[in-house]
Amino acid sequence: MRVHFDISALKATKWYEYALRFLFGGAITVITGVLAGHYGSVFGGLFLAFPAIFPASATLVEKHEREKKRRAGITKTARGREAAALDARGAAIGSIGLIGFAFTVWRLAPIWNGALALFAALVVWMTLSILIWRLRRHRLFVRRGRASTASSTAISSGGH
Amino acid sequence: MQILFRFVIGGLVVSLFAAFADVVKPKSFAGLFAAAPSVAMATLGLTIMTEGKLFVAAETRSMIFGALSLFLYAAAAIRLMMKYKLDAAPAAISALAVWMICAMGAWYVLLR
Repeated sequence: MRVHFDISALKATKWYEYALRFLFGGAITVITGVLAGHYGSVFGGLFLAFPAIFPASATLVEKHEREKKRRAGITKTARGREAAALDARGAAIGSIGLIGFAFTVWRLAPIWNGALALFAALVVWMTLSILIWRLRRHRLFVRRGRASTASSTAISSGGH
Repeated sequence: MQILFRFVIGGLVVSLFAAFADVVKPKSFAGLFAAAPSVAMATLGLTIMTEGKLFVAAETRSMIFGALSLFLYAAAAIRLMMKYKLDAAPAAISALAVWMICAMGAWYVLLR
């Protein structure tokens, strides 16, 4: 499956959904800063990997998929839930990349320019995540004969 | 004032990553951005300026365990949705317990 962009998907997201993401993101950034200030860097650092985006994004993916099916006249469908589960699978892969991000900043920040260390870590996250995402279709990672796999593939091809 | 600044920067960075996830296809690839280092990018950039690089290094060492907890969180969310047929919102919120237990457990046993 080739990665591509569909700018029109931005129109499917309503203004309050953007506002909700902004509030979530802002709130967790403030909370992380406050926790690190009160309880120290070791405790506060854990919250840098708090699932801030996932609950909102998975809910939106499910909602958009259901609306799409409703418009097509299908009212009872598991496709919304399956699409959200597929989003979660991506998040699981991305979280392995996030371990690479954290490790890179941990090792490079004390010896490199801070901005450069963050940029290098972002490249590591991206590279590691894409690499694992591409490898996921390798036979070692695929459980054969699972209905969910076929279903996931169908949703993957569909888009938002 | 600094809290407001953090709020705006965090909101903007998270929204930017989320919007990118909206436009990228297929869905399994877009899901990668649900675990993007958006909060980390916003927080660490500001922390380097205010607290210094060693503080950031200590934070990111803990973040490794936070990210591991995020992996287990996502796995739990998948299971709740696919095996127990929970909708996305209750599954994503219930699975937060997994993140909290793993992250706090790692802090108590390994980092404290």
